[in-house]
Amino acid sequence: MDNMARLSSSQCTKVFLQRDFTEGTGVRFQNKFPQELEGKIDRAILERTINTVNSIYLEAESLSGRTYCESCFACMTAYIAYLCMDTHYEKCLKKVARYIEEQNKTVFVQQGLMLVDPAERGLRVFEICILTEQQNR
Amino acid sequence: MEYGEDTTSVDGCSHSSPSSTRDVTVSTQSPSKLPEPEEVPSDKMAKKVRRWEVFPGKNKFHCNGRIMMARQTGIFYLTCTLIIVTSGLFFGFDCVYLAQHVTPAIPAIGGALFIFVMATLFRTSFSDPGVIPRASLDEAAELERQMEVPNAGSPGTYRPPPRTKEVVIKGQVVKLKYCFTCKLFRPPRASHCSLCDNCVDRFDHHCPWVGNCVGKRNYRYFYLFILSLSVHCIYIFACVLTNLILRAQQDNFLTAMKESPASVIEAIVCFFSVWSIVGLAGFHSYLVASELTTNEDIKGSFTARRGADSFNPYSKGSIFKNCSQVLCGPVPPSLLDRRGYVVPDSSQAHHTGNMGTNTAPDLPPPAVVTTADEMLPAGENVKKREMISYQTPDGTINNKLPPLNGTSSPPTCGGRKNHIWDMTLNQLNYMGRSNNHAAIHGTNPGSVYPQPYRHSDYLSGTSVLPAVKGNKSTMSRGCSTDF
Repeated sequence: MDNMARLSSSQCTKVFLQRDFTEGTGVRFQNKFPQELEGKIDRAILERTINTVNSIYLEAESLSGRTYCESCFACMTAYIAYLCMDTHYEKCLKKVARYIEEQNKTVFVQQGLMLVDPAERGLRVFEICILTEQQNR
Repeated sequence: MEYGEDTTSVDGCSHSSPSSTRDVTVSTQSPSKLPEPEEVPSDKMAKKVRRWEVFPGKNKFHCNGRIMMARQTGIFYLTCTLIIVTSGLFFGFDCVYLAQHVTPAIPAIGGALFIFVMATLFRTSFSDPGVIPRASLDEAAELERQMEVPNAGSPGTYRPPPRTKEVVIKGQVVKLKYCFTCKLFRPPRASHCSLCDNCVDRFDHHCPWVGNCVGKRNYRYFYLFILSLSVHCIYIFACVLTNLILRAQQDNFLTAMKESPASVIEAIVCFFSVWSIVGLAGFHSYLVASELTTNEDIKGSFTARRGADSFNPYSKGSIFKNCSQVLCGPVPPSLLDRRGYVVPDSSQAHHTGNMGTNTAPDLPPPAVVTTADEMLPAGENVKKREMISYQTPDGTINNKLPPLNGTSSPPTCGGRKNHIWDMTLNQLNYMGRSNNHAAIHGTNPGSVYPQPYRHSDYLSGTSVLPAVKGNKSTMSRGCSTDF
């Protein structure tokens, strides 16, 4: 994965899916199929991937009982607890990273594409690299 | 995450990223144009640079990137001193008397309050407020391409690209502004802090008392800090008065004051600070209950004055839900990978396992300039800098070099006066390389960045300026004057 991570922009075309703010400021990416990917990948596969990623972010950002308890507990320890543990949000981001890596390995690289974890782009965009022949090998 | 998360040894203490004259070699986009990687000795190439060292904003970093603060921290030290000295006097003098004559719970409660106040203060001051990392070159190019397409119909006229995008959030129209410094459309509620030169998510305000911006990631710590500080202030004041009154019962008030002069000092400090702190706590309690930021409140973004339909789309509907969301809601980890390493040969940084939140190294290319500096002895480097006078974008010549912002060259061409400085430095480059600006931006000027910052405009001196404070002609564009 490290090798694949070292692509410079001169080697592949990049397609960006922007953030979708219609539901508020929560992290969510637009699910419209970019024209540049026509023919390269099945629309449904990409949509399913984006939807899964969006659902993990939704879970991260929701104020569930678990998050509430975690925050209250941390407050009672004067937030020293945060030095020792990962928050629920961080765990969700790691889940997204693992999911994208797994999707890349099983589906996307074979089609000549590579998804970049949005966390590597500061949660600004969902980047899809269209790999050239050199990387496909 | 923030400070202290790493249990590995800390390399030394406070050094800010711009303080050293040590320069860093960062990747370039067109390695074929730049001969230097082969020329630099291998030990220099192997030197690893942490990403905080090349961070483009005006922040100061300490403890090898674990702590992140604003540039001006003098008032923060004043805040710490006032709190620690007053509390110290309280524990040292009043508590001794009160623990004996009233109850030992008094110092215990005071101690717990003091610890909470300091913990929340440090959390607010040292953490990343929610800085949105600057867009990578590819993203910026893509945005520019999208913005240029509508202008294709009128090739002769210069029309500035759209600076705003509208989005409808729960029925309310919200305008997203384009940030020329960070090269992105700011998410709703984000704003660019001109003091720190960063876009901050859910920007509240820049607080000099805590020496940092207050944004999405540290707002709750800020709020709890001022709340606990008001309680602490009132508590100390009450205890001091109790102390003086108890002593005065044996004698008179003046004698009591003479016996316990520390109490008088504490009373004065507390009396004068309690008004502003309690007032601020009350104001922020209102903001928390209505799910507003100081920024939005001051601008009146969602008041009824703006229009009958104007409402706050971020509010959850009830005070309790809003408070829960702000104080107990989930907080994303820092999107800046401060402690990751910069990888010289590619456009992505090597992930050091810091939190899975790597960001793109939009740190562009060209610190080639600095490679030259590395090659020169340090003394010469300093002399070279002193030799340079530079022209600021508003035309004045200045003999004092702008401070290094942690980058030896600006992250982007657009809108930074450092850019001009670096061009001059490039031209003085002893290695005799061709002007790196061409390497940075490609030979096609203006192809990479949104129109207002064409390379040719900069060279020809046309007034396409970054938003320098006071520069009225570009205020409507500049994000750095944007509150």
